[in-house]
Amino acid sequence: MNTHFKTYYPYVSPFDPCKPMVKKTYSTPPNLYLGFQPPNLPQFTPMEALRAGTLWKPLYDPWYSPYEKGKKGVPS
Amino acid sequence: MWIYEKKLQYPVRVSTCNPMLAKFLIEQYGGADGELAAALRYLNQRYTIPDRVIGLLTDIGTEEFAHLEMIATMVYKLTKDATPEQLKTAGLGDHYVDHGKDLFYHNAAGVPFTATYIQAKGDPITDLYEDIAAEEKARATYQWIINMSDDTDLNDALRFLREREIVHSQRFREAVEILKEEQGKKKIF
Repeated sequence: MNTHFKTYYPYVSPFDPCKPMVKKTYSTPPNLYLGFQPPNLPQFTPMEALRAGTLWKPLYDPWYSPYEKGKKGVPS
Repeated sequence: MWIYEKKLQYPVRVSTCNPMLAKFLIEQYGGADGELAAALRYLNQRYTIPDRVIGLLTDIGTEEFAHLEMIATMVYKLTKDATPEQLKTAGLGDHYVDHGKDLFYHNAAGVPFTATYIQAKGDPITDLYEDIAAEEKARATYQWIINMSDDTDLNDALRFLREREIVHSQRFREAVEILKEEQGKKKIF
Protein backbone atom coordinates (compact mmCIF):
# COMPACT_ATOMS: atom_id res chain seq x y z
CA MET A 1 0.00 0.00 0.00
CA ASN A 2 1.41 3.38 -0.99
CA THR A 3 1.07 6.43 1.23
CA HIS A 4 -0.85 9.40 -0.19
CA PHE A 5 1.74 11.81 1.19
CA LYS A 6 5.48 12.08 1.12
CA THR A 7 7.51 14.32 3.39
CA TYR A 8 10.90 16.00 3.34
CA TYR A 9 12.87 18.28 5.63
CA PRO A 10 14.47 21.25 3.88
CA TYR A 11 17.41 23.16 5.30
CA VAL A 12 16.49 25.72 7.96
CA SER A 13 18.76 28.73 8.29
CA PRO A 14 19.21 30.49 11.64
CA PHE A 15 18.58 33.72 9.70
CA ASP A 16 15.22 32.72 8.17
CA PRO A 17 12.73 35.58 8.53
CA CYS A 18 9.66 33.42 9.24
CA LYS A 19 9.08 30.63 11.73
CA PRO A 20 10.32 27.56 9.82
CA MET A 21 7.96 24.85 8.62
CA VAL A 22 10.34 22.03 9.43
CA LYS A 23 8.40 19.27 7.69
CA LYS A 24 7.15 19.76 4.13
CA THR A 25 4.60 17.38 2.62
CA TYR A 26 3.35 16.77 -0.87
CA SER A 27 0.55 14.72 -2.35
CA THR A 28 1.19 11.41 -4.13
CA PRO A 29 -2.29 10.22 -5.12
CA PRO A 30 -2.96 6.54 -5.89
CA ASN A 31 -3.18 7.04 -9.66
CA LEU A 32 0.61 7.41 -9.69
CA TYR A 33 1.05 3.78 -8.64
CA LEU A 34 -1.90 1.88 -10.09
CA GLY A 35 -0.81 1.51 -13.71
CA PHE A 36 -3.49 0.01 -15.95
CA GLN A 37 -6.33 -0.73 -13.56
CA PRO A 38 -6.53 -4.50 -12.93
CA PRO A 39 -9.97 -6.20 -12.88
CA ASN A 40 -11.99 -6.94 -9.74
CA LEU A 41 -10.66 -4.20 -7.46
CA PRO A 42 -12.70 -3.54 -4.29
CA GLN A 43 -15.65 -1.19 -4.83
CA PHE A 44 -17.70 1.23 -2.75
CA THR A 45 -21.45 0.70 -2.64
CA PRO A 46 -23.24 2.90 -5.22
CA MET A 47 -24.36 5.40 -2.56
CA GLU A 48 -20.87 5.61 -1.06
CA ALA A 49 -19.34 5.96 -4.52
CA LEU A 50 -21.56 8.96 -5.36
CA ARG A 51 -20.25 10.71 -2.26
CA ALA A 52 -16.63 9.62 -2.58
CA GLY A 53 -16.31 10.66 -6.22
CA THR A 54 -15.04 7.23 -7.28
CA LEU A 55 -16.36 3.69 -7.38
CA TRP A 56 -12.95 2.22 -6.64
CA LYS A 57 -11.63 2.07 -3.08
CA PRO A 58 -7.94 2.01 -4.16
CA LEU A 59 -8.45 5.32 -6.02
CA TYR A 60 -10.00 7.14 -3.05
CA ASP A 61 -7.71 9.79 -1.58
CA PRO A 62 -9.59 12.63 0.16
CA TRP A 63 -7.72 15.89 0.79
CA TYR A 64 -8.23 17.73 4.07
CA SER A 65 -6.76 21.10 4.86
CA PRO A 66 -4.21 20.85 7.68
CA TYR A 67 -6.34 23.50 9.42
CA GLU A 68 -9.59 21.63 8.95
CA LYS A 69 -10.90 19.22 11.54
CA GLY A 70 -12.46 16.84 9.08
CA LYS A 71 -13.68 13.36 9.66
CA LYS A 72 -11.78 10.98 7.47
CA GLY A 73 -13.41 8.29 5.37
CA VAL A 74 -16.31 8.53 2.97
CA PRO A 75 -18.47 11.63 3.61
CA SER A 76 -21.92 10.74 4.95
CA MET B 1 -25.35 16.04 -29.10
CA TRP B 2 -25.78 16.44 -25.39
CA ILE B 3 -28.63 15.67 -23.02
CA TYR B 4 -28.85 18.09 -20.12
CA GLU B 5 -29.80 16.83 -16.70
CA LYS B 6 -31.06 19.69 -14.58
CA LYS B 7 -29.16 18.92 -11.41
CA LEU B 8 -25.60 19.23 -10.19
CA GLN B 9 -23.19 16.29 -10.32
CA TYR B 10 -22.63 16.70 -6.58
CA PRO B 11 -24.62 18.89 -4.18
CA VAL B 12 -23.03 22.29 -3.55
CA ARG B 13 -23.52 23.60 -0.03
CA VAL B 14 -22.00 26.81 1.25
CA SER B 15 -22.23 27.46 4.98
CA THR B 16 -20.46 30.79 5.52
CA CYS B 17 -20.80 34.15 3.77
CA ASN B 18 -17.24 34.52 2.55
CA PRO B 19 -17.01 36.29 -0.84
CA MET B 20 -13.21 36.03 -0.63
CA LEU B 21 -13.54 32.31 -1.43
CA ALA B 22 -15.38 33.22 -4.64
CA LYS B 23 -12.29 35.12 -5.75
CA PHE B 24 -10.15 31.99 -5.25
CA LEU B 25 -12.71 29.66 -6.82
CA ILE B 26 -12.89 31.69 -10.03
CA GLU B 27 -9.42 30.24 -10.80
CA GLN B 28 -11.14 26.90 -11.50
CA TYR B 29 -13.76 28.69 -13.64
CA GLY B 30 -11.69 30.70 -16.10
CA GLY B 31 -8.11 29.88 -15.16
CA ALA B 32 -5.44 28.08 -17.18
CA ASP B 33 -6.08 24.74 -15.48
CA GLY B 34 -9.74 25.37 -14.76
CA GLU B 35 -12.74 23.31 -15.74
CA LEU B 36 -13.52 25.41 -18.84
CA ALA B 37 -10.00 24.95 -20.22
CA ALA B 38 -10.21 21.21 -19.47
CA ALA B 39 -13.57 20.74 -21.20
CA LEU B 40 -12.55 22.69 -24.31
CA ARG B 41 -9.17 20.91 -24.48
CA TYR B 42 -10.58 17.37 -24.40
CA LEU B 43 -13.60 17.99 -26.59
CA ASN B 44 -11.35 19.54 -29.23
CA GLN B 45 -8.64 16.87 -29.16
CA ARG B 46 -11.06 13.97 -29.52
CA TYR B 47 -11.60 14.34 -33.29
CA THR B 48 -8.06 13.46 -34.23
CA ILE B 49 -7.11 10.96 -31.52
CA PRO B 50 -7.06 7.20 -32.31
CA ASP B 51 -10.63 5.96 -32.12
CA ARG B 52 -10.05 3.70 -29.14
CA VAL B 53 -9.76 6.70 -26.83
CA ILE B 54 -12.24 9.14 -28.44
CA GLY B 55 -15.00 8.02 -26.09
CA LEU B 56 -12.82 8.70 -23.07
CA LEU B 57 -12.16 12.29 -24.17
CA THR B 58 -15.88 12.83 -24.86
CA ASP B 59 -16.88 11.48 -21.45
CA ILE B 60 -14.30 13.40 -19.46
CA GLY B 61 -14.78 16.61 -21.49
CA THR B 62 -18.51 16.41 -20.80
CA GLU B 63 -17.95 15.82 -17.09
CA GLU B 64 -15.71 18.90 -16.93
CA PHE B 65 -18.72 21.02 -17.92
CA ALA B 66 -20.62 19.46 -15.01
CA HIS B 67 -17.75 20.56 -12.76
CA LEU B 68 -17.79 24.04 -14.31
CA GLU B 69 -21.44 24.26 -13.34
CA MET B 70 -20.62 23.31 -9.74
CA ILE B 71 -17.90 25.97 -9.51
CA ALA B 72 -20.31 28.54 -10.96
CA THR B 73 -22.91 27.59 -8.34
CA MET B 74 -20.35 28.02 -5.56
CA VAL B 75 -19.27 31.45 -6.81
CA TYR B 76 -22.87 32.53 -7.28
CA LYS B 77 -23.89 31.45 -3.77
CA LEU B 78 -20.90 33.21 -2.23
CA THR B 79 -21.50 36.52 -4.01
CA LYS B 80 -25.24 36.86 -4.71
CA ASP B 81 -26.08 38.49 -1.35
CA ALA B 82 -22.83 40.34 -0.80
CA THR B 83 -22.96 44.13 -0.57
CA PRO B 84 -20.61 46.18 -2.77
CA GLU B 85 -18.71 46.98 0.43
CA GLN B 86 -18.25 43.29 1.23
CA LEU B 87 -17.14 42.60 -2.33
CA LYS B 88 -14.62 45.42 -2.06
CA THR B 89 -13.21 43.98 1.18
CA ALA B 90 -13.00 40.55 -0.42
CA GLY B 91 -10.88 41.94 -3.26
CA LEU B 92 -13.75 41.67 -5.74
CA GLY B 93 -14.17 45.42 -6.22
CA ASP B 94 -12.52 45.32 -9.66
CA HIS B 95 -14.79 42.48 -10.67
CA TYR B 96 -17.90 44.30 -9.49
CA VAL B 97 -17.00 47.44 -11.45
CA ASP B 98 -16.67 45.49 -14.70
CA HIS B 99 -19.21 42.69 -14.30
CA GLY B 100 -21.53 43.48 -11.40
CA LYS B 101 -22.70 40.21 -9.89
CA ASP B 102 -22.16 38.32 -13.15
CA LEU B 103 -19.59 35.58 -13.34
CA PHE B 104 -16.84 35.94 -15.88
CA TYR B 105 -14.25 33.61 -17.38
CA HIS B 106 -11.08 34.89 -15.80
CA ASN B 107 -8.61 33.58 -13.26
CA ALA B 108 -8.22 34.52 -9.60
CA ALA B 109 -6.01 37.45 -10.63
CA GLY B 110 -8.59 38.77 -13.10
CA VAL B 111 -6.78 37.75 -16.30
CA PRO B 112 -9.44 36.87 -18.89
CA PHE B 113 -9.64 33.35 -20.29
CA THR B 114 -7.68 32.73 -23.46
CA ALA B 115 -7.54 29.82 -25.90
CA THR B 116 -3.75 29.81 -25.50
CA TYR B 117 -4.33 27.97 -22.20
CA ILE B 118 -5.04 24.81 -24.18
CA GLN B 119 -2.93 22.93 -26.69
CA ALA B 120 -3.70 20.65 -29.60
CA LYS B 121 -0.49 19.20 -30.98
CA GLY B 122 -1.92 16.56 -33.28
CA ASP B 123 0.21 13.88 -31.65
CA PRO B 124 -1.83 11.48 -29.49
CA ILE B 125 0.85 10.81 -26.85
CA THR B 126 1.72 14.50 -26.60
CA ASP B 127 -1.94 15.45 -26.22
CA LEU B 128 -2.64 12.79 -23.59
CA TYR B 129 0.43 13.75 -21.58
CA GLU B 130 -0.84 17.33 -21.59
CA ASP B 131 -4.21 16.07 -20.38
CA ILE B 132 -2.58 14.15 -17.52
CA ALA B 133 -0.59 17.25 -16.54
CA ALA B 134 -3.77 19.37 -16.68
CA GLU B 135 -5.58 16.99 -14.33
CA GLU B 136 -2.71 16.99 -11.85
CA LYS B 137 -2.52 20.80 -11.97
CA ALA B 138 -6.26 21.07 -11.33
CA ARG B 139 -5.88 18.60 -8.44
CA ALA B 140 -3.16 20.78 -6.90
CA THR B 141 -5.30 23.90 -7.35
CA TYR B 142 -8.14 22.24 -5.44
CA GLN B 143 -5.71 21.36 -2.64
CA TRP B 144 -4.64 24.98 -2.24
CA ILE B 145 -8.24 26.23 -2.31
CA ILE B 146 -9.25 23.67 0.35
CA ASN B 147 -6.26 24.73 2.47
CA MET B 148 -7.42 28.36 2.34
CA SER B 149 -11.11 27.63 2.94
CA ASP B 150 -12.61 27.11 6.39
CA ASP B 151 -16.04 26.28 5.00
CA THR B 152 -16.48 22.54 5.65
CA ASP B 153 -19.56 22.20 3.44
CA LEU B 154 -17.80 23.86 0.53
CA ASN B 155 -14.68 21.78 1.15
CA ASP B 156 -16.80 18.64 0.92
CA ALA B 157 -17.78 19.49 -2.67
CA LEU B 158 -14.22 20.59 -3.48
CA ARG B 159 -12.92 17.24 -2.20
CA PHE B 160 -15.30 15.49 -4.57
CA LEU B 161 -13.98 17.57 -7.48
CA ARG B 162 -10.38 16.83 -6.49
CA GLU B 163 -11.13 13.11 -6.37
CA ARG B 164 -12.53 13.31 -9.89
CA GLU B 165 -9.24 14.85 -11.07
CA ILE B 166 -7.45 11.79 -9.67
CA VAL B 167 -9.79 9.42 -11.49
CA HIS B 168 -9.47 11.39 -14.76
CA SER B 169 -5.69 11.36 -14.53
CA GLN B 170 -5.82 7.58 -13.98
CA ARG B 171 -8.00 7.11 -17.08
CA PHE B 172 -5.73 9.29 -19.25
CA ARG B 173 -2.74 7.25 -18.05
CA GLU B 174 -4.61 4.09 -19.09
CA ALA B 175 -5.35 5.68 -22.48
CA VAL B 176 -1.60 6.14 -22.97
CA GLU B 177 -1.08 2.46 -22.13
CA ILE B 178 -3.75 1.50 -24.69
CA LEU B 179 -2.01 3.55 -27.39
CA LYS B 180 1.42 2.14 -26.50
CA GLU B 181 -0.03 -1.29 -27.34
CA GLU B 182 3.04 -3.47 -26.67
CA GLN B 183 2.18 -3.57 -22.95
CA GLY B 184 1.57 -7.14 -21.75
CA LYS B 185 2.27 -8.74 -25.13
CA LYS B 186 4.87 -11.48 -25.11
CA LYS B 187 6.74 -10.22 -28.16
CA ILE B 188 10.12 -11.64 -29.00
CA PHE B 189 12.41 -9.43 -31.05
